[in-house]
Amino acid sequence: MIQFNLNGKEVEVKDDPNTPLLWVLRDSLGLKGTKFGCGKALCGACTVHLADTTVRSCSFPVRYAEGKSITTIEGLGDAERLHIVQAAWIEEQVPQCGYCQPGFVMAAVKLLERNPDPTEEDINNAITNLCRCGTYSRIKKAIHTAARNIKAQN
Amino acid sequence: MKKKAASMLFKKKWPQGILVLVVLLFTSASAFTIKGLTSVSKEYRTITPVQENEQRSLKLFREVTKVLRHARCINCHPSDNFPRQGDGDETHRHLMNVQRGPEDRGMLGMQCTNCHQSSNNEASGVPGAPEPDNPDLSRWHLAPLSMGWMGLTDAELGARLLDKEQNGGMNPEDLVEHMKDDPLVLWGWNPGSDREPIPISHDDFIKILEEWVATGAHVPEQ
Ligand code: FES
Ligand code: FES
Repeated sequence: MIQFNLNGKEVEVKDDPNTPLLWVLRDSLGLKGTKFGCGKALCGACTVHLADTTVRSCSFPVRYAEGKSITTIEGLGDAERLHIVQAAWIEEQVPQCGYCQPGFVMAAVKLLERNPDPTEEDINNAITNLCRCGTYSRIKKAIHTAARNIKAQN
Repeated sequence: MKKKAASMLFKKKWPQGILVLVVLLFTSASAFTIKGLTSVSKEYRTITPVQENEQRSLKLFREVTKVLRHARCINCHPSDNFPRQGDGDETHRHLMNVQRGPEDRGMLGMQCTNCHQSSNNEASGVPGAPEPDNPDLSRWHLAPLSMGWMGLTDAELGARLLDKEQNGGMNPEDLVEHMKDDPLVLWGWNPGSDREPIPISHDDFIKILEEWVATGAHVPEQ
């Protein structure tokens, strides 16, 4: 039995300890917001938060989650209370097919938490997720918008 | 039949061959004497145990460099800000714009441990290694720039390896300990997936290192 905090609630799972966290989230816990893209820690579609950092959950055995705090896109905000980054995503109409977007949003949230005013270069260095629809320019725009909105809020 | 005839011929030729050899040896020995047997043999005889040790040490160091330059070691000892991946000729910059970052652990948002955990991951193929005192904590990171080995000659590599200013304050004995125990070093012998492990055994590598240190830890001067 592996126990961890998921989106603010304690959960227990019985999966094999070496199962990638991604499959535990999607198949055992039913949270389908985190996506499978490559399964090789390359595309970032499976990005979730582990405490104050991000991990690519396809390459993260669930046993390492024991006692830790995990946040998925479902735990970030909802339609009534959007996270400021989600709101910026809507403002800039970022997604095309949308498949890669939860991973980008999760990566962008952590970047902004630690660097509230990132340059283009900071974004290029920090977020190497892949988008097959090529929404990169809108993603960057939305990150700058979110940064502006965060500044205005404080 | 043919085989027999050939061997007979060979047998018959032997005495002639020996004769030629004896003549050759005789002539070369006399040439040797004339051309300065004294100086050559003097040089040979005066080699001291210290010199012998130095030569042995240098020979062992060449073996050490073969391991240090293997992809499993050098891929994470780059002389620039980019880790490498792959074996031999297929070595390339780490995919996805992975970079050294300010603390040799990646850039903010793209840190080594975002993907590399404390053990090899057979599901994703991503390698990993633990901190020595915590099996659950990932130790994956780059060697500091001062320990970049790419593009160095043997002499430069040796000098860098022994320079306490650059190697984190280690004397040769400490270097051996580091190679013995550091989980990232040991990972080179258990790299997971289809990565090529270091070709000689870890025990043999340590024996070579220990003897290199015992013989004075010599490195070439140029
Ligand atoms: S699915 Fe995890 S990085 Fe692509
Ligand atoms: S929006 Fe389609 S893959 Fe990114």
